Amino acid sequence: MVYTKFKFSLNTILLCIFLVSCTDNKVGAPNYAGNYSKEDGGRLINAMTGEPSNLIAMIAGDSASSAIAGNIFNSLLKYNEQLNYAPEIAESWDISSDQKTITFRIKKGLTWSDGSPLTSKDVMFTWKLVTNPNTRTPYGSDYQLVKKATTPDAHTFTVTYEERYAPALDTWASLHILPEHLLKNEDINNTYFSRNPIGSSYYMLDDWKSGQQVALKANPLSINGKANINNLISRVIPDTSSQFLELTADNIDLMSINPIQYQRVFPNRADLTKKISLYKEMGNGYTYLGFNNKKAPFNDVRVRKALNYAIDKDEIIKGVLLGLGEPLSSPYKPGTRWNNAELKPYPYNKNKAISLLQEVGYHKNDNGFLEKNGRVLKFEILTNQNKQREMTAVIIQRRLKEIGIDVSIRVIEWASFINQFIKTGEFDVVLLGWSLSLDPDQYNIWHSSQQGPGQFNFLGYENKSVDRLLEKGRMELDVNKREKIYHEFSTILLDDSPIVYLYAGYGLSAINKRVRGIKEPSPPAGIYHNSHDWFIPKTLRRNEISDN
Amino acid sequence: MITYLIKRIMWMIPMLIGISLISFFIMHLAPGDITSTEASFNPKASEESRQRLRETYNLDKPVMVQYGLWLKRIVQLDFGSSFASHQRPVLWQVKDKNGNISKGLIQEALPITLLINLFGIVIIFTISIILGTLSAVKKNTWVDKAITLFVFIGFAIPGFWLALLLMYWTGVNHQWLPISGLHSLNYQNLSMFSQLIDLLKHLVLPVFISSLSGLAGISLYVRNGMLEILNQDFITTARSKGLNEKKVIFIHALKNAILPLITIVGLSIPGLIGGSVIAESIFSIPGMGKLFYDSVLMRDFPVIMGILTIGSVLTLIGNLIADLGYAWADPRVRKGIIK
Repeated sequence: MVYTKFKFSLNTILLCIFLVSCTDNKVGAPNYAGNYSKEDGGRLINAMTGEPSNLIAMIAGDSASSAIAGNIFNSLLKYNEQLNYAPEIAESWDISSDQKTITFRIKKGLTWSDGSPLTSKDVMFTWKLVTNPNTRTPYGSDYQLVKKATTPDAHTFTVTYEERYAPALDTWASLHILPEHLLKNEDINNTYFSRNPIGSSYYMLDDWKSGQQVALKANPLSINGKANINNLISRVIPDTSSQFLELTADNIDLMSINPIQYQRVFPNRADLTKKISLYKEMGNGYTYLGFNNKKAPFNDVRVRKALNYAIDKDEIIKGVLLGLGEPLSSPYKPGTRWNNAELKPYPYNKNKAISLLQEVGYHKNDNGFLEKNGRVLKFEILTNQNKQREMTAVIIQRRLKEIGIDVSIRVIEWASFINQFIKTGEFDVVLLGWSLSLDPDQYNIWHSSQQGPGQFNFLGYENKSVDRLLEKGRMELDVNKREKIYHEFSTILLDDSPIVYLYAGYGLSAINKRVRGIKEPSPPAGIYHNSHDWFIPKTLRRNEISDN
Repeated sequence: MITYLIKRIMWMIPMLIGISLISFFIMHLAPGDITSTEASFNPKASEESRQRLRETYNLDKPVMVQYGLWLKRIVQLDFGSSFASHQRPVLWQVKDKNGNISKGLIQEALPITLLINLFGIVIIFTISIILGTLSAVKKNTWVDKAITLFVFIGFAIPGFWLALLLMYWTGVNHQWLPISGLHSLNYQNLSMFSQLIDLLKHLVLPVFISSLSGLAGISLYVRNGMLEILNQDFITTARSKGLNEKKVIFIHALKNAILPLITIVGLSIPGLIGGSVIAESIFSIPGMGKLFYDSVLMRDFPVIMGILTIGSVLTLIGNLIADLGYAWADPRVRKGIIK
């Protein structure tokens, strides 16, 4: 058996060279330029690199599962286009004056796709499930903060928290409500339902060919109203080059692409741009260089700042993302209210970096390296097997060498990375990513109490004012006051420089032009947020006669 | 003969225990477990829940105890179920209390891989024997050199690269063959015969790519065996008897030259269940290679052990079959066994 890690980037490059030099092939001539009004029906085929594991989102952890499950299940509330809370199963919610109790009023007349009514009993059931210690969910802790949950009637669900908990609404917006009548006698950890779910949202499962594709069809009883596109087929195509070929051959309508494809391949292929549109949206994560804040020399804020000045973020964005990303100065999505627009990233300033390091006591030795008390300033950047991160590390290595710092790079497989380095704290510097979460709470990542093995403040960051702000922010449900708290938090965090924000890459998609109704430019929630509203005009549909 | 067989089969038991013990320990030498996969690196996931998961799966127990538990299950032919969140059975389907069937992971992946590999082996051996014989007979002519060059190019060319080029050429440019996957979207609505054609069309490229690299080894093996035989006295005798060259080569020489191939066929039996991760990823085929690779990355121990156990059983059986095949084909070996 051969178990070689497949090098996607190499074959992407080879493929690009090859494809650019290839001649056009004949494509039918559907009129993509025309104006079309919304119509029902059609089939959208997209590609995913991995197969979903389990469509009960609280148990699955993979992104493929949540992508599919998100089409099938609803939560009490959701984020709208502008990333504000909007009703979904609940038509409205009230927060009590002590900010500890939330009352959700559930819409009347909701049904599951099998026709049974969806009521507060299902919500209660789901809450009990997610907080049950026997449920193998990693996400239970947020819901265990609820001291008491009640259902006064079929359309009311009330939760009371022990302490005020500001991220509460966010947690309810991410909890898929599950049907009690189908699951009450099931072992949630191992149930047939997980691969044959009944939900309430736009789509329902049609057919799942293991390892090959998951087909969804429009749910006529959807509580959100009917989606325009009838069939949603997600094919499992692990290799992105193969996905690209399928897109080129018109066999799939949609795929995520990389910066090379976005900037270099598509613009050079008139035959592709004729039928495929490219979209970019703010991505959901950022990449950072994190210091082991407990370990010398990184326990000195001047060293961390010097390194921050010595790294040119624009150069990395240009080199690694081909310009398709943004620098950051807080751990929040640019353009959202939590992001403090007044903060600016550390500019690239070699001289400032050197003078800060000289202040600490470093001076250049005969070999051109910075040295203090006979010890050369050298460290190792650890990262996992991720091409973009590896490239970023190389660029940083070169910049730091210029000012006399000896940097080595080590790339490690994920599980080893976590167990041998992150959990033990035996590292100098890591190059990793965090997601840009929609709720601003960053307690688990930056609070000084979260440094135990397996917890997420593995950089060992400690700052009393940050601790206080994070505690305050968690308990403040007033968004305006909350905004202020997190703006202050980001300011201190940037000044302390426990990490260097490197970039937040754009999410890039290529979508066949037959798919209409995609909002451009993409709203803060991204282009997929209104996918139920997308449609495929009849004349542009693929030949589907044999399928229905 | 029968005592020999029984002895051989009895010997397999300690061998299997040894193999599984070593595999189990090596697997546990890799740092991390199911709770340290990338998806679990989520600030919303608490360490307590990961610890609970470890306890559920007995991952907090010493490795020796875990091995004992595994062995206890495996002797009852229970391969367990995956640690992944789908919890599917490793080997074979199970029915839940409502009569719903969830299929086993190996059960689904194995037939696909077997199919591709069986096609592959038949093609490799047929073509290799032809090419090998031809090069031996036409030794040092341009035919011989061209064949050697061809099989070495096939061996050396990066499979994924050629695969992508062929996918582009046959799938995008000419639309002769599907690009990836196993079935077309409208597979269910096709007649039985069209379904078969559809499947075969999807298999053309994967089988071609997986066969290409195997040609070099075996055809050279045949060539060398053939050359050796052709220089032997009994061939000279056959020729001097006035037999025509065809008879000499195909009846007298070839039969002897392919005798050693029996060992190779026997040894390729375990290879039958192993797929290539690269080919399976490119062609989007849910086979054994991808299953094993993904389980290793996820530290899905029951699946890893399941595949390794089946692999080692097949290797041992393959060895046995090779030995028996030898005995059947070669009277000298047969006599040795009976003694």
